[in-house]
Amino acid sequence: MQNDYDFAVVGGGLVGAAVAYGLGKRGLKVLMLDEGDVAKRASRGNFALVWVQSKGLGMPRYATWTRASSDHWPGFAAELREVAGFDLAYRRPGGFHLVLSQDELERRAASIQRLHNQDEVEPYHIEVLDGDEIRRRLPEAGPEVAGGTYCALDGDVNSLKLFRAMHAGFVRNGGSYRNGALVDRIEAGDGGYRLVTPDGAHTADRVVLAAGLDNPRLGAMVGLDVPVRPLRGQVIVTEKTAPFLDMPLSTIRQTDEGGVMIGDSQEEADDHDVMRPGINAVMADRAVRMFPRLGRLNVVRTWSALRVYSRDGFPIYEESPSHPGAYVVTCHSGVTLAAAHSQILAGKLADGGLTSDFDDFSARRFHVSAAS
Amino acid sequence: MYQRLPEPGGMPIPFTLDGRRLEGRAGDTVAAALLAAGVETCRTSAVGGAPRAPYCMMGVCFECLVTIDGVGNRQGCLVPLQAGMAVETQLGHGKRELAR
Ligand code: FES
Repeated sequence: MQNDYDFAVVGGGLVGAAVAYGLGKRGLKVLMLDEGDVAKRASRGNFALVWVQSKGLGMPRYATWTRASSDHWPGFAAELREVAGFDLAYRRPGGFHLVLSQDELERRAASIQRLHNQDEVEPYHIEVLDGDEIRRRLPEAGPEVAGGTYCALDGDVNSLKLFRAMHAGFVRNGGSYRNGALVDRIEAGDGGYRLVTPDGAHTADRVVLAAGLDNPRLGAMVGLDVPVRPLRGQVIVTEKTAPFLDMPLSTIRQTDEGGVMIGDSQEEADDHDVMRPGINAVMADRAVRMFPRLGRLNVVRTWSALRVYSRDGFPIYEESPSHPGAYVVTCHSGVTLAAAHSQILAGKLADGGLTSDFDDFSARRFHVSAAS
Repeated sequence: MYQRLPEPGGMPIPFTLDGRRLEGRAGDTVAAALLAAGVETCRTSAVGGAPRAPYCMMGVCFECLVTIDGVGNRQGCLVPLQAGMAVETQLGHGKRELAR
């Protein structure tokens, strides 16, 4: 049977687009199926950080994977600028995590210590700084800042431009994109898969599920158990203001266009389209205590999104044991990992499949008790 | 520049722009009155300093920011013009941020 495509990627958010772009640039014939703007796009909740510090406690492989992605980012950003024709405002000046009490600072330092005590994590430098040192480095930081951590590997990007560039690059490299293409059914056939959408069916040799919160439903069609759940994240953005913060913080960043984003709340949730003002109030209050000048800005928008969380918060990359050539790719940090997905993971898939160094990311890790 | 339709308009509404006396019509928004008065730049952008003017006239683009009666960064296209309003352009970097 001759299939229409080498790969069908289900999902057109940051994860699906990164994988599809990465496959397409390797010369494969790729179809990206996107539910469209009605989707519960987790990507909408992104904070646009390319972030390394503090990631990977509990799974050393995730720490190295995040680090690898961050190291691939400069080349990835340059490549996307070339193929898309515009700049992504990617930068890597290092980043801060600020705290407002001594207790917070101690807990933060202890958790970073535990992260680095894990054997396989290649050490990278994270500075733990007191309030005065923070104010020396970030002159706008307010008197309530008790300290913080700094890591030179951290950075950020304009995520709207990242999203657009990956889509533009995908099409430019010959990829086929379908909008309004919610996949109803996936049927395994002779040497491939048939994906049924409202506008007709498509066939592909292999299929990558990158559909965020829809992966559990889709995975069940190809023998993949994908235990992910939604976590609500809220973001506040202010009016544009003169540049005052030239490096990203874990919860506050000024974009290249001047707006200040305040974010990174997390709460268990399953209802879409809901916003909790109380959470915004806490986020805004903490932000103003960190940078008093924010108190003089108007907020122009706030929004929420359902982000994708696996049971332990780490990504799931796996090939179906029963359906060869069917993969799931899902994670929480679609911006940070975009470079790894496009430059490394897509390469593995193009070359035949996930190698054993991806075993740690298999959803089999959730089945230990059944196996032991 | 913009011209009003040749219909008998509403009542004249006096206001000031950077202290200069101007006149709009009843029913104008601040942004509409500025455009009708021939104002080409209502602000410069906060980061690049580029000149901007009202654009969408329906509250989504935020190009029409002006200071109205001392309050900075108001969307001129969403504020009905009132007699005696003191409107100020926001030229130079960013708005004048008022202490709160
Ligand atoms: S002109 Fe677009 S928001 Fe006012």
